[in-house]
Amino acid sequence: MTTPKLELRGVWKAFGDKEVLRDVGLVVDHHDVVCMIGSSGSGKSTLLKCVNLLVPIDDGTILLDGADITASGVNQNRVREAMGIVFQSFNLFPHMNVLDNITLSPRKVHGVPRADAEEKAKGLLERFGLSEKVVEYPDRLSGGEQQRVAVIRALATEPDLMLFDEVTSALDPELVAEVLDVIRGLKDVGMTMVIATHEMGFARDVADQVCFLDQGRILEHGPPKQIFSTPQEPRTQQFLQRIIDAGRL
Amino acid sequence: MNDRSSLDEFDGGPGLLGPPHAPRGREEGTRAALIAFASTVIFIVVALWAILTSNAWPAVQKQFFNWDHFVAVFPEVLGGFWLDIKMFLFAEVVILAFSLMIAMIRSLRGPAFFPLRALAIIFIDLIRGIPVILLILLLGFGVPALQLPGVPKSALFWGLTALIISYSAYTAEVYRAGIESVHESQRMSARSLGLTQGQALRYVIVPQAIRNVIPALLNGFVSLQKDVALVLILGIREAVREADIYAASTFNYTGYIAAALLFLLVSVPVARFTDWYTDRDRRKKQSVST
Ligand SMILES: Nc1ncnc2c1ncn2[C@@H]1O[C@H](COP(=O)(O)OP(=O)(O)O)[C@@H](O)[C@H]1O
Ligand SMILES: [Mg+2]
Repeated sequence: MTTPKLELRGVWKAFGDKEVLRDVGLVVDHHDVVCMIGSSGSGKSTLLKCVNLLVPIDDGTILLDGADITASGVNQNRVREAMGIVFQSFNLFPHMNVLDNITLSPRKVHGVPRADAEEKAKGLLERFGLSEKVVEYPDRLSGGEQQRVAVIRALATEPDLMLFDEVTSALDPELVAEVLDVIRGLKDVGMTMVIATHEMGFARDVADQVCFLDQGRILEHGPPKQIFSTPQEPRTQQFLQRIIDAGRL
Repeated sequence: MNDRSSLDEFDGGPGLLGPPHAPRGREEGTRAALIAFASTVIFIVVALWAILTSNAWPAVQKQFFNWDHFVAVFPEVLGGFWLDIKMFLFAEVVILAFSLMIAMIRSLRGPAFFPLRALAIIFIDLIRGIPVILLILLLGFGVPALQLPGVPKSALFWGLTALIISYSAYTAEVYRAGIESVHESQRMSARSLGLTQGQALRYVIVPQAIRNVIPALLNGFVSLQKDVALVLILGIREAVREADIYAASTFNYTGYIAAALLFLLVSVPVARFTDWYTDRDRRKKQSVST
């Protein structure tokens, strides 16, 4: 058995008195796509931020390629370089144009010469249909374009694990597809991904494994077919029923 | 249409208060400008007339607005003012850099940086609690008196140092307000891309922060440009000191007016520029958010 790409063991996290993650365990194999679903406030964002070490965990371990990244003395910046994360609100740097947004980390963190970084960034922009936006500033882009640039920015440092936190939730409906297509494209090239999403149809399509998060616990997980067709837990059934009633599945 | 014409009638009056509503069209804009101009002229004429015809005026004119004295004192005052300008420019550059460093240190997170953070806070609190003039006296007279080997003894050096330290404490707080005005998600994005805290500050947070506080920094310019004159207390012959020396020997204060005019010559344009910039910035932000 090979070591999984990412593994969480007994992860706990509280903000003050509020327990947000409770004994979370998760195994993500290489090239797998895991979708996290669950109602708002169930802890999806916190889980992803913990994996990216943006939020320190209280207990448990997180292993990346078998190495404990939550141990003391770990160089957190090096760990973050190895994965990319994209947030719900695109968070592009408003004072930099598209190219500078994308090349900042390769140049300053990885020491890639400017010319090389820019050439690579332009390649990525072309691949995702954004060639014309190279020197545009973020406030001149549509939400969908901004979010695609945010994905490219995260990809520019060649991570082999990508984390997505409800990346289409802030988008107008007609812009959702273009962003989801980008993620589908990443699945096709074998990217390992953990995706928090409210797009159930997308999760069913793209996920190898779906986790239902409820009040900080992974209540149920399995292949999408099983979770969406024959959910075992009453809470999962209720959640999916609400989604179906809202016409979103 | 009826209330329009009654408004016009109102506008057509003396118009000392300007138009009662914001101008709507181009024509009304021109009219508003004309009214503003006319009312200003009237105001100035009336004020001048009141001053120049008062009983005290001849004495005031002799003491403060004497042309012969003006011609006599101006070269000295101008020479001193040139020193003021040089002090201002040098101090401002150092202040902008030094205070930014303090503000960045103050914004570092995590327990490892606690001692540095504490130092920055102590510095800011202490310095802001001491009057500038006291700091100038303390360093300007105090340090040279120590006769320490290898330490500069120039009053100018220590006077400027006092100004720089004092203004840096204030300016650091201006920067910090700017840094805190940048949304937390920007810091998080930067960190998630592998940037260190320092890199995130330098490339992502601070450039945005500075944009947000440029008006406040410009206000600081105006303030410092005047406060450099405080080093006169150390006997440094800048503009006000020169006017002072002249006044002491002639009992005529026209030199002060000459110095005041020179300071105004610099500070008024900066103040106008600050307003213009702030206004433009606000309008830009509004047009983005709509
Ligand atoms: N920085 C924080 N401080 C305090 N509470 C937080 C913080 N971040 C998240 N929470 C709380 O943790 C819970 C889970 O939030 P989150 O992980 O954002 O859930 P989700 O992404 O599933 O909507 C919520 O109740 C939220 O209010
Ligand atoms: Mg969330």
